[in-house]
Amino acid sequence: MKKVSENRSIFNLLSKYSIYFVLIVLFIISWMANENFITPQNLKNVANQISVSTILAFGQTILVIAGMLDLSSGSVLALAGVLSVSTYVSTGSLSLSFVVAIVVAVICNIISGLMITKFKTPPFIATLSMMTMARGAALLYTKGQNIYQIGDYIVFGQGSTLGIPNPIILLIISLVATSYILRHTVFGRSVYAIGGNEEAANASGIDVNKVKMKAYIINGIFVGIAGVIFMSRVNGGMPNGAQNYEFKALTATVIGGTSFTGGVGNAIGTVAGAFIVGFLDNIMVMVGVHSYLQQIVRGAIIALSVIYDIWAKSRKKGKVQKAQ
Amino acid sequence: MSDVKLTIKNISKAFPGVQALNNVSFEVKRGVVHAICGENGAGKSTLMKIINGIYRPDSGEILIDGKAVTINSPIHARKLGIAMIHQELNYMPEITVEESFFVGNWPKDKYGKVNWKEIRERTLELLKREGLHYSPTTKLKDLSISDIQMLEILKAVSYNSEIIIMDEPTSAITQKEVDILFNKIRDLKAKGVSIIYISHKLDEVFEIADQITILRDGVIIETRNKEDYDMETVISQMVGRKMENNYPKEEVEIGEKILEVKNFSSSGKFKDVNFYLRKGEIVGFAGLMGAGRTEVMRALYGLDPYDTGEIIIEGKNVKINSAKSSIENNMIMLSEDRRRYGIIPVRDIKENVSLSSLKKFIYKGHLHKDEEIETVTEYCNSMNVKAPTLETLVENLSGGNQQKVILAKCMMTDPKILIMDEPTRGIDVGAKYEIYKLMVRFAKEGKGLIMVSSELPELIGMCDRIYVMARGKIVGELQRGEFSQERIMKHATALNIN
Repeated sequence: MKKVSENRSIFNLLSKYSIYFVLIVLFIISWMANENFITPQNLKNVANQISVSTILAFGQTILVIAGMLDLSSGSVLALAGVLSVSTYVSTGSLSLSFVVAIVVAVICNIISGLMITKFKTPPFIATLSMMTMARGAALLYTKGQNIYQIGDYIVFGQGSTLGIPNPIILLIISLVATSYILRHTVFGRSVYAIGGNEEAANASGIDVNKVKMKAYIINGIFVGIAGVIFMSRVNGGMPNGAQNYEFKALTATVIGGTSFTGGVGNAIGTVAGAFIVGFLDNIMVMVGVHSYLQQIVRGAIIALSVIYDIWAKSRKKGKVQKAQ
Repeated sequence: MSDVKLTIKNISKAFPGVQALNNVSFEVKRGVVHAICGENGAGKSTLMKIINGIYRPDSGEILIDGKAVTINSPIHARKLGIAMIHQELNYMPEITVEESFFVGNWPKDKYGKVNWKEIRERTLELLKREGLHYSPTTKLKDLSISDIQMLEILKAVSYNSEIIIMDEPTSAITQKEVDILFNKIRDLKAKGVSIIYISHKLDEVFEIADQITILRDGVIIETRNKEDYDMETVISQMVGRKMENNYPKEEVEIGEKILEVKNFSSSGKFKDVNFYLRKGEIVGFAGLMGAGRTEVMRALYGLDPYDTGEIIIEGKNVKINSAKSSIENNMIMLSEDRRRYGIIPVRDIKENVSLSSLKKFIYKGHLHKDEEIETVTEYCNSMNVKAPTLETLVENLSGGNQQKVILAKCMMTDPKILIMDEPTRGIDVGAKYEIYKLMVRFAKEGKGLIMVSSELPELIGMCDRIYVMARGKIVGELQRGEFSQERIMKHATALNIN
């Protein structure tokens, strides 16, 4: 009897923190596969590389927990980014260009949010439409040309503060903010409730539309920040940049344990998910895995993580039912 | 009279916690309309589902034309000549009339391709034979509910069924359409088809049925020819169970009016509903399924819009257009559908309980968890929620405990008015008793309680006053001294109120 309960608690522990075990195992395997993996420079590179998609993933995490998503974040990032770069080029003000990026991204998300709350468009369709429009707007504004010679603008993505790269600082700030919002605010609780059962949340007195709008606005802020870092890292305003970044962000979110059926997930899991993808990409390059094969592996990881999640859940449920 | 078509012999069926049918036996004769009457939960639907092959009985047998059969599935039942028209129409809105006849049974040519020509021809023939003027290519979504109901009946006929089960076929159609339906039934009868007719509307039963069987608590009470029954007897046999004194009702001092609803109407749902509720009072809403009780409560609580009417809480005219605004006016509702409108299954007890009262724990935008846990613990203890920890996910709790979690959530908002729609549905006897005790406690605290229930003994046991609804209107109001199941049922089945 006792043994059974111990087994179960180990299983529970494993299933609760499985994502972190996977991360550690992957870390150790990578270390064994190539000794350069563990160098501070390489690890810093990985963190730098995943910063943009991870910051996008925080917005996605909030949205997916609430039962929604944002397919437009890569395109809106590009639009916000090029407008921000061009603001810097014409005014020379770093702070103004930073604000422009956030304002543009928030406006795009307000439009998506209105489509979803006022006109009851499914989030998939609303943000798919925004994805196409925002990319078009970015290309129209730049006439399809990249903006070069961005001067000090590169400080956002390539500079450091107290020895820590700025993208990593922004990543950490975003992580702390998302965690705090989800755990310690009424808004955060409402996000979980809406994703878990929207009708019950409404009947419990939650203003569902208001919460959804807020979720998109917060997502917009993260997209804006990511836009600034991205353009700064690539040394220019690239209207065609960040293609497919929404899917990179969703990948990190899903691998990090946020459930697409809503109501479950957290920000730290998303970071773990992003690092799993980041380390995997990194070590595959280091050991010379063919780039096409890399894609297959990346895709398979998404499927595996979700299958595992569903399996663990059904197993847990079966046990509870048996126990009753 | 004619010979026996269908024999039900000693059928029993149990679900976890309920004996739905206990040794049920009766016969349906060829070419008769055989009505089955009983209260909600008497076991009528279970019985019909067994005859239609959806459920398998635990014991007993079914004989068709004297031969024992095992009915495995609705398709099998169809092959045996049994068709069922369900109470809740499950139709596919995007398919056409002609497709609807052949779903699951498409005629195919020798290559396995659907033979649309044959479908068209057979549909036209059927429609012509029945004198109906639908176009075969009209989509079902463009038809009215009663048209679809007629198509369902046509479909049953088109299988050359010899036994047709109709479960509340008139619940969604107008009086004129009822007449058409009844003519159709008389036609079928003349052709020797047996009809099993289930309805709450006793006037209709007396109009169309030849024989009546009364089912109560899963047991057959009696079968008689219609001529040997009168409505009084049917009602008293339907509700006849002995009232047990297992309600912890206590006298509570009743104060002034706390809620008044005037001329409350919502087109197609309810009309001119007027009622009030006083402090310390438990007011019941009785009525049959579809009488409009839940619709009134949902509109009152702000979940559905309403057309006209006034809501007065503590003498003040209030505007309620969302659950949020209702809670702000100290009125909260416990929904009849716990899974859909009550719980957040994937979240834990703590988050579920505090969901409607989070503002209480916010200081400067920050949620204070220690205080939240303390308050949630206090409420869970007072509702006697049984769970390992507050972090237990609500989906892992029993129905009774889930209900207590939702009650705790409601009470944490300090409501003055508590609306409870079927508060004891689907929970075991022990938990029911605890819910009743809590209701008495809330009444003693001076709250006003509205209890909507389909279980008459529970309403009679707990309420101070009962409103009876039928067809979207309040048709009766009874004081505690006047309660009886017969009286309530008489109002609820009230004949032809227009």
